[in-house]
Amino acid sequence: MLSAILVVGLLATIFGIVLGFSAVKFKVQGDPLVEKIDKLLPQTQCGQCGYPGCKPYAAAIANEAAEINQCPPGGEQTIQDLAALLNREIIPLNPENGAEKEKSVVIIDEETCIGCTLCIQACPIDAIVGAAKQMHTIIESECTGCDLCIPPCPVDCIIITPIKKDLTTWQWAKPTELGINNSDKQAQVATDDQ
Amino acid sequence: MISKLFKFKGGVHIPQHKESSTQLAVEPASIPKRLILPLTQHIGTPAAPIVEVGQKVLKGEKIAQADGYVSAPVHAPTSGIIEDIGDYPLPHPSGMLAQCIVIKPDGEDRWIELKGHSGDYKQLDPSELRNIIRSSGIVGLGGAGFPTSIKHNPGPDRVIDTLILNGAECEPYITCDDMLMREKSREIICGLLITKHALQAKRCIIAIENNKTLAIESMQQAAKEFADRNIEVVAIPTVYPAGSEKQIIYTITGKETPKNGLPLHIGVVCQNVGTTAAVYRAIHHGEPLISRYVTIAGDVKQPRNLEVLFGTSANDLIEQCGGSTADIRRIIIGGPMMGFAMQQITIPVIKTTNCILIDAGQTKDLHTRQYTMPCIRCDSCADVCPVNLLPQQLYWFSKAQELDRIQEYNVFDCIECGCCDYVCPSQIPLVQYYRFAKSEIWKRERETQKSDAARDRHEFHQFRIDREKAEKAEKLRQKKAALKIKKQATDQSNEIGNNDKKEAEPKNAAIVAAMERVKAKKAQQKVEPKNTDDLTDHQKKLVTEIDQRRAEQRETQVSNSNDNAKMDNKEL
Repeated sequence: MLSAILVVGLLATIFGIVLGFSAVKFKVQGDPLVEKIDKLLPQTQCGQCGYPGCKPYAAAIANEAAEINQCPPGGEQTIQDLAALLNREIIPLNPENGAEKEKSVVIIDEETCIGCTLCIQACPIDAIVGAAKQMHTIIESECTGCDLCIPPCPVDCIIITPIKKDLTTWQWAKPTELGINNSDKQAQVATDDQ
Repeated sequence: MISKLFKFKGGVHIPQHKESSTQLAVEPASIPKRLILPLTQHIGTPAAPIVEVGQKVLKGEKIAQADGYVSAPVHAPTSGIIEDIGDYPLPHPSGMLAQCIVIKPDGEDRWIELKGHSGDYKQLDPSELRNIIRSSGIVGLGGAGFPTSIKHNPGPDRVIDTLILNGAECEPYITCDDMLMREKSREIICGLLITKHALQAKRCIIAIENNKTLAIESMQQAAKEFADRNIEVVAIPTVYPAGSEKQIIYTITGKETPKNGLPLHIGVVCQNVGTTAAVYRAIHHGEPLISRYVTIAGDVKQPRNLEVLFGTSANDLIEQCGGSTADIRRIIIGGPMMGFAMQQITIPVIKTTNCILIDAGQTKDLHTRQYTMPCIRCDSCADVCPVNLLPQQLYWFSKAQELDRIQEYNVFDCIECGCCDYVCPSQIPLVQYYRFAKSEIWKRERETQKSDAARDRHEFHQFRIDREKAEKAEKLRQKKAALKIKKQATDQSNEIGNNDKKEAEPKNAAIVAAMERVKAKKAQQKVEPKNTDDLTDHQKKLVTEIDQRRAEQRETQVSNSNDNAKMDNKEL
């Protein structure tokens, strides 16, 4: 009886020490769930979700303070990914936050630009190059299309342009299933690449 | 000598349809009214144009240069005038437009001055050979269009044991390599020897499917002349896809190309016969790649092979073959198994175009799928898959867009040969599902890369703003501290008496004296302050207070300066 109590007590002490030690030694820095959610967000930092950036929105989702359907740039794809990660139901995009639109970048009409630097201050990812009273330009390859630079521009010289599709970004279409009753013409269109 | 051939798993036996287009000898196609030369005729970065509209060019002149390592230049296929540089439809499954150079031929067909290395190629270093091959714009003519000079550069320390010449041409209808081997076997062998020298390969094997008896005979005849060079012509079984690079390597060597690896990692390089002939023409005659053999088959009156200048439109070639037998429904670029259909028939022939199949609804084998039925899980697809994949599983994952799972099932090892598609009793467009999954995965990868970059930039942006704030605060703090120290110092110096600042003293005294003079002058002028009428009691009180303060300050200043002046006098 005594030995049993001693053995169990000893084991409990050992496990307690090991667990206590590892809790300190292997402590995870930051919130891994927030990081995971942040990874799925499109990182436009546009604030359309009502939070001042993607990370704060990720934190809000993790705390269940925000829904997963508040990100228009991510659209349906992001909602699906978030639903899969968080084991939540897929819900349609909240229209209050905006609608999903075609991927775009902005360009500065360099003739009109007066060099006020207001857009540079607005850009969340420093993708605008320029100096005071000098013409500004946008690094197109870095632009996320958040459109935050548009409201501050006093001369409306920033234009939204859809990203041009070329051979490098071209994509095969998903085949459509055809039943035996479908017309011949449809079948031909769907299997044209064969 | 090869004692044993290895049989790869799967594959299908398909009706070959190769007789009709091999009846006539190959003839050069006539020079068309205009040539449309896309800048993307290869895998890699598009070439960069180096000519201007209106410029006159000669046959073989470089009109666009390689832009980057994985790229290839484009040469003028005939002499003429550059008519336009702009967007035209490409022979590509997307049907997209891309930048092309348009040449209006002048009919003279005049060559630029050519400089060949006939016979003395062995004096050239492999790297020099590669440079000539690169500047001649040679890319793999088997269909992929990979720049050949890169293939010829295995890197130091890598020994190439076997150079395989791919003359299998396993897809139905296509006969351009067959005809080339029949007619230009000597050129192919000479090109092979050059490639062998460039790679320092130990042995060469020419692999030809055993249904091409005439080609095998012709190649053996030509190889006899170079009996001492370790060249062997091998007939391999006719089974689709025997001509696929990985399959032909396995058939000959019994080695499998590692996943995500290249054939040269197992000491093998595989090259198409057409490419080899082009290498010969580039080294021996200095001719760049400007034309190729193209099979025109299917529903045309006279199926045949033609030697076609790049940029010639498919429509012109169909006309030279007597036109189509009925209204053209579509044309297929490449073979019926791996080619792609286009509705446009004015698209140009490019370096990778080996065959143009015309579908006018007359040939049964070219008929389109009429319907798709549900998968019955018969597993015929898995039986024929030459790369040991599970096509059915891949189909389910692609359909459900389970992109992680489909990668676990190695969708990227799929060579898109179409065997599974061919045998599927439900006629499911399987390959299209895999292509969709692959391009969807690439798209997601691009998006993740972009969002990662944006996250990094945003984090740096935040960091930069914080840093600037901190820097500003620090500067302010330093300024304040400096002011404090200065004030203390002046106070101290006043107390001690500034004994050690002898040189500065007269100057200070002069300044003080000047200030005194100004004050005296101001007092003499007696300028009354303005706006002093009609003041309230409170305001008056404030004014008097302020005046009092000023007067006190003045007094202390005067006494200080008097003290200073006294001290100065003492010192003097």
